Amino acid sequence: MIYDVVILGGGPAGLAAAVEAKNDGAEQVLILERDRELGGILNQCIHNGFGLHTFNEELTGPEYAERYIQKVIDLNIPYMLDTMVLDMHDNGDLKSIHVINEENGYMIIETKAVVLTMGCRERTSGAIGIPGYRPSGVFTAGTAQRFINMEGYMPGKEVVILGSGDIGLIMARRMTLEGAHVQAVCELMPYSNGLVRNIVQCLDDYDIPLKLSHTITFIHGKDRLEGVTVAKVDEKLKVIPGTEEYIPCDTLLLSVGLIPENEITRNAGVVMDNRTNGAIVGELRQTSMPGVFACGNVVHVHDLVDFVSEEAVLAGKGAAKYIKGDLDTEITFTTTNGDGIGYVVPQQVAMKNVEEKVTFYMRVRQVFQDKVVNAYIGDQLIATKKEKKLLPAEMVNFKISKDVLAQYPAGEIRFVVEEAK
Amino acid sequence: MYDIAIIGAGIAGSYIARELTRYKLDIVLLDGENDVGNQITMANSAIVHAGFDAPAYKLKGKFNATGNLMYDKVCEDLDVPFKRCGSLVVAHDEYEMATIHELYQNGLKNGVPGLKILFKEEVHAMEPNINEDICGALYAPTAGIVSPFELCVHVAENAVDNGVTLKLNHMVTAIDKADDHFKITTNAGEIEAKFVINAAGVYADDIYEMVGEPYFQLLARKGNYFIFDKEAGSLVNSVVFPCPSKKGKGILVAPTVHGNLLIGPDAEPVDKGDISTTTERLDYIKQNALKNCPSLPFNKIIRSYAGLRNTPIKDTFTTTDGDFIIEESPVKGFINVAGYESPGLTSIPAVAHYVVEELVKPLIPDIEENHDYNPKVRKHLRFDEMTEEEKVEIIKQDPKYGKVICRCETITEGEIIDVIHRSAGARTVKSVKKRCRAGMGRCQGGFCSPRVVEILARELNCSLDDIMYDQQDSTYILSGHTKSVKEEA
Repeated sequence: MIYDVVILGGGPAGLAAAVEAKNDGAEQVLILERDRELGGILNQCIHNGFGLHTFNEELTGPEYAERYIQKVIDLNIPYMLDTMVLDMHDNGDLKSIHVINEENGYMIIETKAVVLTMGCRERTSGAIGIPGYRPSGVFTAGTAQRFINMEGYMPGKEVVILGSGDIGLIMARRMTLEGAHVQAVCELMPYSNGLVRNIVQCLDDYDIPLKLSHTITFIHGKDRLEGVTVAKVDEKLKVIPGTEEYIPCDTLLLSVGLIPENEITRNAGVVMDNRTNGAIVGELRQTSMPGVFACGNVVHVHDLVDFVSEEAVLAGKGAAKYIKGDLDTEITFTTTNGDGIGYVVPQQVAMKNVEEKVTFYMRVRQVFQDKVVNAYIGDQLIATKKEKKLLPAEMVNFKISKDVLAQYPAGEIRFVVEEAK
Repeated sequence: MYDIAIIGAGIAGSYIARELTRYKLDIVLLDGENDVGNQITMANSAIVHAGFDAPAYKLKGKFNATGNLMYDKVCEDLDVPFKRCGSLVVAHDEYEMATIHELYQNGLKNGVPGLKILFKEEVHAMEPNINEDICGALYAPTAGIVSPFELCVHVAENAVDNGVTLKLNHMVTAIDKADDHFKITTNAGEIEAKFVINAAGVYADDIYEMVGEPYFQLLARKGNYFIFDKEAGSLVNSVVFPCPSKKGKGILVAPTVHGNLLIGPDAEPVDKGDISTTTERLDYIKQNALKNCPSLPFNKIIRSYAGLRNTPIKDTFTTTDGDFIIEESPVKGFINVAGYESPGLTSIPAVAHYVVEELVKPLIPDIEENHDYNPKVRKHLRFDEMTEEEKVEIIKQDPKYGKVICRCETITEGEIIDVIHRSAGARTVKSVKKRCRAGMGRCQGGFCSPRVVEILARELNCSLDDIMYDQQDSTYILSGHTKSVKEEA
């Protein structure tokens, strides 16, 4: 059997992409999920705050996932759980996907289109190279979250958290509610890497100190973690000698960034963007490999699941268009990040596929007050987005209408942070 | 009463134990740690050296090249990943070229096959990512890379399969010599043995002092390392050394046998047991590794670690000359295998043979051959290395091989269950990692460690919070149920 669209990953991106592809006319859609249930990381995110943009209400992670899982079930979209994708090959019109699971063994699945939705993984203590010993008791925040919320076990009692990413903030509150003592959240940068609402609801409400411009300079304990040395850093992020402070603790959680999981993407030969660590994608999340689409955290790390779902709808649309032969491949615009902007997604726009507008997602490199993001083609200012405050932790969501874009035949759209005029 | 007690289940003790099973002997292998190969064997450069470094008159020179040439057979019998990738000692100026010529001559004396001095262009043809400003290099095709902890685990497994009694968590605290045997006191009971082999790594001098007058001392010298993601694994094809100095072999850049890239080590005298990494040392390694490999992608680092060497030092009684100490000690029946630093890993097949044939055999005149000795371990099924047909077949036979637990290294549940149930099997998260690489990849166990804990608990019939990361009792991963679970109960 040849599928129309196979989705690699049954998290929020995969679910929404599958639903959209099916609704747009793709008949044979299949979701492949490596975990034991659909929903991805949302299953362990039992706090609320999901869905404000999509459903206008505050849902927990599993509730948010459930809404999409129900749609998948209603649309009779088949899915395989505990199923690992080993490889993806491009055979021109068809892609072959090599997968294994316990039930069916080794399978080669053929499909016309693929949507990559593998999500992301956490940066580890190894990757950031914290000096000291390598005892037990050092966890990434997400691993600790899984132990607590899925397995019902505590990773420890006296906790220090390094990094103020959202999972770290959420876990500071979660550990506190479960009776652990969270001594501090240390953040290397002079600003938080988490959403403002999480700082307020997870730290401030529980009197957990956020130590900005602080890092961990030594991990103590040969067997189980015994403590960490924390120190202040200067504006060049170098440790300021004399500011070291020893904090005894049995648990260190790391929330120091997320990395898109693109091993399959790279092995297949899809062209990558070294700014996002994801594939270079177009307005409908088409990649450099015809018939292969990507959306969600595998393309760039999002802070809100609502935007993951929004992006997944584009990829689902794109895949459905592709199998019907309706996807235009002529690239009109490329995008680039100018001053103050870290990356822009999509990196390409094919205008013939655009319906009403294109939403450009981007992140700023540092905190900006009272500035604007301007979009230029050449010297021509084409659009402006005003924000009271621009934070690296909060993705900028810049919509430009088709009418505005249609005034230009082609070119590079450059996004920059500038003074408000 | 055992015939022989071996103290230390690192690569030296474990390998000698296995070698001894060629004979009908009651052997006990003791270690204070919760797993075999858990100290020096766990953290080193993972290199099988060609053998041109040490002078021929030293034991190091005598055993290195010989041990190296035994590796193909050893790794085949023990099913251990090993690759003869060759090594290069790179020279940057004429002085270093002179050193390289000396090494070449020394290598010939030690019987190292295939040595060649290469011109700059030849080096770059082999290794395009080596610095432009080099003059030439010494090429040794027999040098290789191995997984030292897998080697040790498989050696220990094979030793146990051949009848060795392995006692982990037996920390030796005292040794008494009786008339015709030794009484070894450990924190977990007393053991008697006619003869003792001391292979206690960095603690071998302390162990010897329990029974004899000290005649050597060991200095712990720490080396820091970085491991890079497999994406960086093909930066070099062979082991790239700088030109050696009095301080040692210098900061090397090498592929690992599993496809990662490794750089290190420095050398710093420390207290025994200090395996902490430090910022200064890690920076030093980066700076020095860049001299030979200017394009090292430091953003692809996935792990740093430090390990110890046990360097013999001179003391008031004798001069050890920095060589291995492999001999029956002044205490009759007590054999020291000490100061066993680099090239110890490479030399071990030859050293173990020597210890058994030349040191143990004369002590036991009526020694009998063990005709049941089987040098092979049961094959390890490594799913990721299988062909498509083999993958299809193995999942049919055992569906657990169809379930990937460690996504970074593609390690299946079948492999994890297998290493738990082998002799000298895995009991901890770290021992699973050492045996089948679950958690060894870029996410460093972030995704798979909860699953590995679950599988260990299920297979060992205990609860999740009984599972340790490494040492018994002291390296717990979970501190008990959450409040919510307790309240429900």
